[in-house]
Amino acid sequence: MTGTTGEENAAELPVVPVRHPGRWVTAAVLLVLAAMLGHWLVTNSALRWDVVGQYLFDSSIVHGVGRTLELTAVAMLVGVVLGILLAVMRLSPNPIVSGISWLYIWFFRGTPVLVQLLFWYFLPTVVRSLSLGVPFGPSWFHTDPKTVITQFTAAILGLGLNEAAYMAEIARAGILSVDEGQTEAAQALGMTRRQTMQRIVLPQAMRVILPPTGNETISMLKTTSLVFAIGFSELLTTAQIIYGRTFQTIPLLLTISIWYVAITSVLYVGQYYLERYFARGSARDLPPTPAQRIRGLVAR
Amino acid sequence: MVQAEGVRKRFGLVEVLRGIDLVVTRGEVMCVLGPSGSGKSTFLRCINHLEKVDAGRLVVDGELVGYEQRGNRLYELREGEVASKRAEIGMVFQRFNLFPHMTALGNIVEAPIHVKGTSRAVAEKRGRELLERVGLGGREHTYPRQLSGGQQQRVAIARALAMDPKLMLFDEPTSALDPELVGEVLDVMRDLATSGMTMIVVTHEIGFAREVGDALVFMDEGVIVESGPPKQVLTNPQQERTKAFLSKVL
Repeated sequence: MTGTTGEENAAELPVVPVRHPGRWVTAAVLLVLAAMLGHWLVTNSALRWDVVGQYLFDSSIVHGVGRTLELTAVAMLVGVVLGILLAVMRLSPNPIVSGISWLYIWFFRGTPVLVQLLFWYFLPTVVRSLSLGVPFGPSWFHTDPKTVITQFTAAILGLGLNEAAYMAEIARAGILSVDEGQTEAAQALGMTRRQTMQRIVLPQAMRVILPPTGNETISMLKTTSLVFAIGFSELLTTAQIIYGRTFQTIPLLLTISIWYVAITSVLYVGQYYLERYFARGSARDLPPTPAQRIRGLVAR
Repeated sequence: MVQAEGVRKRFGLVEVLRGIDLVVTRGEVMCVLGPSGSGKSTFLRCINHLEKVDAGRLVVDGELVGYEQRGNRLYELREGEVASKRAEIGMVFQRFNLFPHMTALGNIVEAPIHVKGTSRAVAEKRGRELLERVGLGGREHTYPRQLSGGQQQRVAIARALAMDPKLMLFDEPTSALDPELVGEVLDVMRDLATSGMTMIVVTHEIGFAREVGDALVFMDEGVIVESGPPKQVLTNPQQERTKAFLSKVL
């Protein structure tokens, strides 16, 4: 029993925490590598940071940022609303309703989004007129599809309808994650299927739906660049036009990368607070937000 | 209040209820005993339209469950009609099934506001009274996860009572609770029985059945094996199956 002490003074002995020398070594290696990268970024005159600075808030770039944000927001809105609707339809006891949803998801996930974008844009070449009226009978409203399908509507239809198919599966996973007992309790209280879904199941499903939706939004932010195929100009196309003229390719790609990263960071914050809102009641106590933590430190 | 005649229910190949005959009168507390898998819960769920009856007649408060009789045909009820009938029957589950994203008060006022159309102010006032009644006054803004099992079940009882049900169904309300929390839930149920509520209680609490129950049935393998006043069935069972079951639980 050498090296051990009696129990009476064990509580008073100093505690030596486990050492992690490996962490220090890796941290030092990474620090050197980061310094090298930083040095290269700053001293390499070919990167032309002056050009980056010049274009970062250039009016055409800022306009491109606006179009990208607009496309992302509208396409995601279409995607989320239609996706949740499709998920609810897919779980409907009505075989026709759930069949339609299945068919939609099958079709829109089965073809590339670029094909869908082009398809919507060139639809007016095969659909010569749009009218609203009695099938095979008279029509009250008549229009030329070319006026309806602009580059913007084609972009929204292409991106939004495709997104809806993916969101539908995400929403379905969320709905299925809610305990069956919740539906039973709501029904026992006399709530209809619709009320149960809206008031009880979906708010709880949101916790599961949100993280992948954040993923989808960030992915959409970058997928919007595909609209260059139908000639709609957003952030990437704007940059391409500029470097096509000035040959400052890398500086302009750096410029738009800064914008994409900045927007993604803002989305992170939004997602954090949304997740927090839908987590109410799921934990005994929610951890403080970063803002609350800072306020707490200042108050101390 | 409840009349069952030859009620049958089948899940796939298994016949869970094989002809249940039962009468529960207004204000009566009926306790249902039996081993697991005997069909007790299924029968309770049939009364609340959560399961469809395959054969036989089940009448609650003078109305056929799930169907409407017009002439000599039975018409299946539409979803909205079923929902409005469910609203008149309160149900308490073994696993509470409180809505975790709502506070205790939120759970209670949800159905009165959205099903009955009661105003929020009236519903909340009544909700507070009900919380007081189940011994949880002042816990309005607590979320279910912050409550103990016994407290959650009492909120669940208050939630069911908020709809002013004419019948309360209890599906093993104390089976998921720690032994020391069982008492507080049974106390609330005892109060409710004293106030004249018609109750059907599926339970393993022999003591509660003996003290509070007006009638007792013992079910096994989808049929009622024995029924009668609790004291008589519990102390002097006539059937071998009942004797065997009671010898294990008493």
